Amino acid sequence: MKMINPDDLSKAIKELLTEKKIDLFIGWEKGSLPLSATPLFITSEDEAERAVFDITCGNNLSIYFTKDRKQFADKKVGIAVKGCDARSVVLNTLEKQIDRANVVMVGVPCHGVLDKKKVLAKTDGREVLELIDNGDTVTLIGKGYELSIDRSEILSSSCLACIYPDAQECDIFIGDARAEVPNENRLKEIKEFEALSTEERWANTCAEYEKCIRCYACRNVCPSCYCNVCFVDQNDPGWIGNTCEFTDSMIFHVIRNLHVAGRCVECGACERACPMDINLLLLNRKVAMEVKDRFGDIAGLDINGKPAMVDFKEDEKQDFIMG
Amino acid sequence: MSEWQPRILAILCNWCSYAGADLAGVSRMQYPPNIRVVRVPCSGRVDPLFIMKSLQAGFDGVLVSGCHPGDCHYISGNYVARRKFAVLKPLLEFIGIEPNRVQFSWISAGEGERFATVVTKITEDVRKLGPSTRLVKKL
Repeated sequence: MKMINPDDLSKAIKELLTEKKIDLFIGWEKGSLPLSATPLFITSEDEAERAVFDITCGNNLSIYFTKDRKQFADKKVGIAVKGCDARSVVLNTLEKQIDRANVVMVGVPCHGVLDKKKVLAKTDGREVLELIDNGDTVTLIGKGYELSIDRSEILSSSCLACIYPDAQECDIFIGDARAEVPNENRLKEIKEFEALSTEERWANTCAEYEKCIRCYACRNVCPSCYCNVCFVDQNDPGWIGNTCEFTDSMIFHVIRNLHVAGRCVECGACERACPMDINLLLLNRKVAMEVKDRFGDIAGLDINGKPAMVDFKEDEKQDFIMG
Repeated sequence: MSEWQPRILAILCNWCSYAGADLAGVSRMQYPPNIRVVRVPCSGRVDPLFIMKSLQAGFDGVLVSGCHPGDCHYISGNYVARRKFAVLKPLLEFIGIEPNRVQFSWISAGEGERFATVVTKITEDVRKLGPSTRLVKKL
């Protein structure tokens, strides 16, 4: 496993800032808590050393372009991107949220990011004071224990099914970018779920989504969710009740999934942000699979394309139409 | 007590399916009286939220019908609608909603007979499934 050399990253950032190619760089730095890196915003080359990239850098930074867009309107921005983040940037460019000419994408070689909930399950809930990313293994150190575990055991479920770990569209890449990486786990979970009977699937869905507390963390952290007024916040007309009642939250999730259909880059930020540990990505992946099978689109890969749901072809498969 | 009757919401496009329903009526064709019609300007107007909301409100089935591909009054509304439905239907089935609860069809203004057949079919399908319980808000 070829990890990133931190010096290469800071050198690249330093160069961009010194040559005034960018006014601001958005990346990650070591967080105050060992399990999560903090988004980093730097404007001067002296601070470039602060930038890091490791297993804790889960944030999809492209949300700053869509949710904080006024702040970056006239600036040249450099941004560190994993494979999924790069797809988000491409998608947001297609949707005219970003001017590609004002963005310098710095690709980093990604080997997956961790899911805090999985880490805490490994340590039986004991606090982790230090995390060392060794590549294939990760060492967790806490009060009175030291654990060395396999990287794959704590990776976010989005990373386990990832086929584009490295940016397919970027201006600079730190190291060697991999193209599509085959992954036999990609559709495994979906196929297993599809093999169940309707009743079993419904029972599973209920068990999963009954946990939802409607905190909207999934929506807030999603780089593709940036409507000024979300349909759940609208009260005239008030489409769905603002309660945790099961059907209300189920409708929220189904409709959110459809709103990000053909736009979801499967970065898994929603699932990592979910405090109730709901398997949110299952539906997202199912929708992405349908979009790929039917329309041949993969979100955020083609910077000259069009998002799937605003496009159409005249002779499409319509097996679901009656008669 | 009389036998349970399914209640089905039919969302019909103004230019084709609604006129098809009209034709079925003036031609005195027989079809089950289980549908409640909502007229929309185009099948492209149908937000998946309408369908979810009607299931939540307790409808036993939902039928969405628009102009045949190529016949849209607004040129491409039904193509866009088709993409939406193409994703919505498998997703609903995936989460465990019975496949026949929500159905889509194309009916032109001249197909009164087809309208009657489609309504008969969806009514029978939904009758077989029984009353809707999943996604119905009980509060």
